[in-house]
Amino acid sequence: MSKANLLDRRQVVASLLADRKDAIAIGGLGASTYDIAAAGDHDRNFYLWGAMGGAVMIGLGIALAQPKLPVVVITGDGEMLMGMGSLATVGLQKPGNLTIVVLDNEAYGETGGQASHTAAGADLVGVAKACGIAKVFSMTTMAEVEAFAPSLQDVSAGPRFASVKIDAANLERALSNRDGTFIVNRIRGSLGFKPI
Amino acid sequence: MHVRAESSEEQATAWPEDIFEILQRFDVRQVPYVPDAGHSQLINRVLGEPSMRAVPLTTEEEGVALLAGAWAGGQRGALLMQSSGVGNCINMFSLTQIFRLPFLTLVTMRGEWGEFNPWQVPMGSSTQAVFELSGIKVLRASRADEVRDVVEAAAGQAYNACTPTAVLLSQRLIGAKVFTK
Repeated sequence: MSKANLLDRRQVVASLLADRKDAIAIGGLGASTYDIAAAGDHDRNFYLWGAMGGAVMIGLGIALAQPKLPVVVITGDGEMLMGMGSLATVGLQKPGNLTIVVLDNEAYGETGGQASHTAAGADLVGVAKACGIAKVFSMTTMAEVEAFAPSLQDVSAGPRFASVKIDAANLERALSNRDGTFIVNRIRGSLGFKPI
Repeated sequence: MHVRAESSEEQATAWPEDIFEILQRFDVRQVPYVPDAGHSQLINRVLGEPSMRAVPLTTEEEGVALLAGAWAGGQRGALLMQSSGVGNCINMFSLTQIFRLPFLTLVTMRGEWGEFNPWQVPMGSSTQAVFELSGIKVLRASRADEVRDVVEAAAGQAYNACTPTAVLLSQRLIGAKVFTK
């Protein structure tokens, strides 16, 4: 059920992070991490190369620890489906500074393009809303993405959940750092925390 | 064999207070949990403490990921769960090694010491091995008077040495759950 005029994932993520300021960005396992890397390496990029289903919870842990900083989780539909319960956990905590963006290509792109549940109609926006995340967005145009991006900076009005329909193109990987202690300690350092 | 107190006559026991005091002293700020009767007193203390954020989970693995985020954001946390939840965490436990996390979990045991429910026994029997295979150190407290020392040691090595550590709180300590009178 491919649709016309689906968005380019790299363009979507570049737009979301173009004016990120102090934001911390978490990329879910797979192509979302490459998208964040392609938008430009940054001390506050949290690249995930595993822990499928954990991206939103990592974002929640950071958001609760740093309530004045924008925190954005950018992940895929397959990764989000595996951690769907975490939307209920976010709905309960309601961190104002957390934004979750799902890049939905309705497929498991990293493993051969197998159809995901969203291809058959599983509605992640509906799930997020039903879990108590009041601000939900379903985006299909770059104009909508560009209009949405500045809201990441409003750390008192979240949590937000956005689904962006993207095309299923399997782009060349933009490899990020994959040493976990480096990634985490670099973020901690940017926040002023010293090594133990 | 001592059995778990009925809720109507339940009185505050000392060892959950010991744990709470240690978590406060180590500046633990995020406390994710999946409820367990053995942790109920501690959970209530955390819910009533403004400096701590209690985070109820839908499944235990969420708590491992939450604590990774908390650490990246500069806060310490501790995950409260029951032995049956340990199996739910296995893939997420990889984060404790990947990030060299100051990971502390306090696990109330089921499936041992007078268990009534056979469904608790398989996971309870493999809980310690699952932690060890996942690279997480295991300490155990079986008596009320050793909980303080054991949890103190666990918190020390977890937070000071970034050594992921689990404390198993024995069913002998908590009391077997009573299903019939």
